[in-house]
Amino acid sequence: MDKVLSNKKIIALYVLPSLLLILAIVYIPIVLTAYYGLNEWNGIGAMTFVGVDNYLALFKDTTFWNSAWHSLLLAVFSGISLLLYLIVAMVLAARIKGANLFRKIYLIPMLLSSVAIAQLWLKIYHPTNGVLNSMLESLGFANPPAWLAESSIVLFALFIPILWQYAGFYILIYYAALKNIPASLEEAAKIDGANALQIAWKIKLPLVMEVIKVTIVLAVVGSLKYFDLIFVMTDGGPNGASEVMASYMYHEAFRAYDFGYGSAIGFFLLVICLAVTWVIRKLTASKDTIQYS
Amino acid sequence: MVTGNVRIRNALSESKPGIGTKLGFSVLYAVLIVVAALQLFPLVWLLFFSLKNNQEVFNLPPLSLPMNPRWENYEKVWSAGNIDVYFFNSVWITVSATVITVMLGSLVTYAVTRMKWKGSSLVLGLFMVAMMIPVHSTLIPLFSLFNKVGLTDHPLSLILSYVAFNMPITIMILLGFYYALPREVEEAAIIDGCSVNRMFFRIVFPMTSSVLATTAIINMIYNWNEFIFVNTFISSDSYKTLTVGVQNFIGQYTTDWGAIGATLMISILPILITFLFLSNRIVEGIAAGSVKG
Repeated sequence: MDKVLSNKKIIALYVLPSLLLILAIVYIPIVLTAYYGLNEWNGIGAMTFVGVDNYLALFKDTTFWNSAWHSLLLAVFSGISLLLYLIVAMVLAARIKGANLFRKIYLIPMLLSSVAIAQLWLKIYHPTNGVLNSMLESLGFANPPAWLAESSIVLFALFIPILWQYAGFYILIYYAALKNIPASLEEAAKIDGANALQIAWKIKLPLVMEVIKVTIVLAVVGSLKYFDLIFVMTDGGPNGASEVMASYMYHEAFRAYDFGYGSAIGFFLLVICLAVTWVIRKLTASKDTIQYS
Repeated sequence: MVTGNVRIRNALSESKPGIGTKLGFSVLYAVLIVVAALQLFPLVWLLFFSLKNNQEVFNLPPLSLPMNPRWENYEKVWSAGNIDVYFFNSVWITVSATVITVMLGSLVTYAVTRMKWKGSSLVLGLFMVAMMIPVHSTLIPLFSLFNKVGLTDHPLSLILSYVAFNMPITIMILLGFYYALPREVEEAAIIDGCSVNRMFFRIVFPMTSSVLATTAIINMIYNWNEFIFVNTFISSDSYKTLTVGVQNFIGQYTTDWGAIGATLMISILPILITFLFLSNRIVEGIAAGSVKG
């Protein structure tokens, strides 16, 4: 039997197509990004090797650090909002009728394309005819702001739909984890006189800690590399007020045709994402994957 | 002993729904309903304004029902805006990429979980690590690679990218199922002289149909919504998919709200309808593959 199952030809036939594809489409580009970053290149003509010039320039580039700061702000906001999602999931898991329906409704925005969501929120934020300002005006607020055109508020105006889109995803994960806790634990705590808050804090929270750690990695890394809604809604504007790392990379490469510099940003983004994943996993280490069955 | 009994009795009486708990539950429900309303409200507003003309959008309250639903918005954009072409492209590219991903992913998962070979855990590791690599860091090199082999502005560039980037999550969802699949049937088949190919295609693959459906749906949602690759690799209208097509179309017709609404509705309806019928599978797939953010 072992002989049949260690047939090298068959193994190669089954594994190689996917392996070659992922090497070509994911791993080789990663190496190339690092290499392009060492060159001056407009994407079409010849490359000129410039060593670490691009990376040095990156460290002095205030536009880049501004975009990195915006990405970091998003990471902080996403991280904090996890607490809200956890609370909603705890409510949902508290023997609520219709919990299944609720969690499905919450998930809907995450299933829709970022372009559709971005276009929809552009309309919501529309200064004169958008639903937000129409409602604010009918509530008596004269001259509500043009949310996406003012550099002091644009970033936070963008965070709202981003959080809106992913809320259901995290609630779903927390709900699944909370439902995995055996009911007997809660019963026992009740008999010992624990109230709902104590049960949530002392019993449920520690038991879903592993899942919380995974979601922190997802939220932070997802925010650091975030691109979609910002690209469609403001394209980093006005005047760079909502530029994030990924959109800055895109602009440098595909608008300014500075592929070398864009690649340096792309490689830096990769290093940051992997480093942050590694650090958070190290700080909270124990299991690699978590089953939500 | 006596005090212990009293405590138990108190605890039990508390678990019956008294006025306090009823009030508590209403507050909890209120929270859940508010969250659900927040998640659904923008979509309901979108549906409404997709059925209105500009005059109705601008002059009537935002949540007024479209009294004379203007279905002509849908007719207009379907043919005039190239939306039919984009829609068809989205369908066939999504379906091809999904079929290839699920097929190749199944072969890899089978080889990793059932066959015996050196390096199987290394290969699995390569697939799993790929999940952490930000798409944006590969964008510039992928663009230049596809350029070199003449695949920019060719749908194959999209299909290859979708297959490669969705392979890890597909394998991850399949893995759990394959590990849990009983091996007795396969052992008996081998003793009977069945070949590996025959065993995989005739016995194992059909047994995984339920998890295949889950992975296929998740793949379809990701492919249908994908934006950045289409936006970067594809330039001719005849190959664009809905996400980018919608984006371009709206860029040209910024003032016709009904047309924009109808376009957005057409782009999200397939997902909403799928969700209506297959929400359990989608929820399950998203929870199982939650490492992808």
